Amino acid sequence: MSTPLLVSTLAPEANIEAFEIETQPGKTTRYLITSPELNMKRLLASGLDKIFQLGPVFRKGERGRLHLPEFTMLEWYRKNCDYKDLMKDCEKLLPCASQAAGNSSQSVNLDGCQISLRPPYHVVHVDEAFQKWAGWSPLEICDPDRFDHDMAAIIEPSLPTDKPVFLFGYPAWQASLARLSPRNRKVAERVEFYVKGIELANGFSELVDRKEQEERFEKETKKMLEKGIAPYPRQQFFFDALDLLDECAGMALGVDRLIMVLTGAEKIDDVVAFTPEEC
Amino acid sequence: MYDSSDLRKGLKIVLDDEPYIITDFQFSKPGKGQALYRCKLKNMVTGYTIDRTFRSGDKFEPANLEEVHMQYLYNDADGYHFMDLKTYEQVTLSDEQVGEAKNFLKDNMEVDILFFRGTPISISLPTFVELEVIEAMPGVKGDTATGATKPVTLETGHKIQVPLFIEEGDVLKIDTRTGEYVERAKK
Repeated sequence: MSTPLLVSTLAPEANIEAFEIETQPGKTTRYLITSPELNMKRLLASGLDKIFQLGPVFRKGERGRLHLPEFTMLEWYRKNCDYKDLMKDCEKLLPCASQAAGNSSQSVNLDGCQISLRPPYHVVHVDEAFQKWAGWSPLEICDPDRFDHDMAAIIEPSLPTDKPVFLFGYPAWQASLARLSPRNRKVAERVEFYVKGIELANGFSELVDRKEQEERFEKETKKMLEKGIAPYPRQQFFFDALDLLDECAGMALGVDRLIMVLTGAEKIDDVVAFTPEEC
Repeated sequence: MYDSSDLRKGLKIVLDDEPYIITDFQFSKPGKGQALYRCKLKNMVTGYTIDRTFRSGDKFEPANLEEVHMQYLYNDADGYHFMDLKTYEQVTLSDEQVGEAKNFLKDNMEVDILFFRGTPISISLPTFVELEVIEAMPGVKGDTATGATKPVTLETGHKIQVPLFIEEGDVLKIDTRTGEYVERAKK
């Protein structure tokens, strides 16, 4: 698929800032996509059942060893699937990509660390990881600041490194587009895919309940306002599509980081033709 | 004011009313989470390094430091006195602020004094200084082992290790970064 990069609205996310574009003086602001999610789900709702998109996405202010404000995202969706199928996709994709990059399909060498690519990969539960390494339960305490800090400072460096890892079972307040687990409403069916502490991909069993999605967007929009970010216009096209959308699951994978992992690059700068500072 | 997105290696900012320089900087951000700006910062007064994590929206006051070329005059109970050779203005630094530099500080020596918010906070010596030996044991004849050293006392009262051939009255070139003898400057 190839959905537009320049759009009139996006999913509200208080922690992801979009570039605003004025296409014509005086006309309403448009945005560079931070992810193709909303328009891809509209295509699913229109009847397609397995789609992917490979292309650039844009996020303001993100720059570091693993971050570029413009990077390449591989995003895919499957109908009548859930997060477990996405995990299987990743287990197939990584050995394949490794082989395509001229490595063995069995393992990659990163930072002097041998990482086996043979499935099954590790599955670490978010709540168990936090209780074990950070000493608190994000299912019991809703503290986004502490969660983000401990995730970067404690959890990610503690993850096993001999094989890729799925971090699964995020607290419900950490997933604005994921379905909640039918067995435990405190847990969202959200999965993150890591290789040696590097976050490669994020996926959900998608929320397809229009009412619940509208409520979550309202909540997230309030958070944006509190942070002084101008809210996006109402996501009417997307809400209307949700009425027609069946159960599905989708994953977004950072392609530059995947290439880093497969080539042993130390920083994301090493896998792009030019960094933002160079062009 | 700076905000978090200005943070980078080498930036000087004020934290808890003290000037710091960022010596290591890492941007990290879980895809869906908030950005964290993890810094190692060196206190420009004490030299101590600390770790701090900042978030988006945090604001920082730039640490404006000024270096002034001054001449060392003398020390007394109040501390060490220096004079700006252009304005003849005098400032005083405490024993603590001068620190190890006092071992190599000699009357009339020209040094750089670092000012933060108009107050002198530290001193930086020239990389090399020349100081006279005022006390030295005679070298033991026959002891020619390479690398053999003996202690001598400099005119500042500080003792350092030097090669055996150094005598009283010699002027030595000393590297103030390491505090070590470099060579004999002249007799």
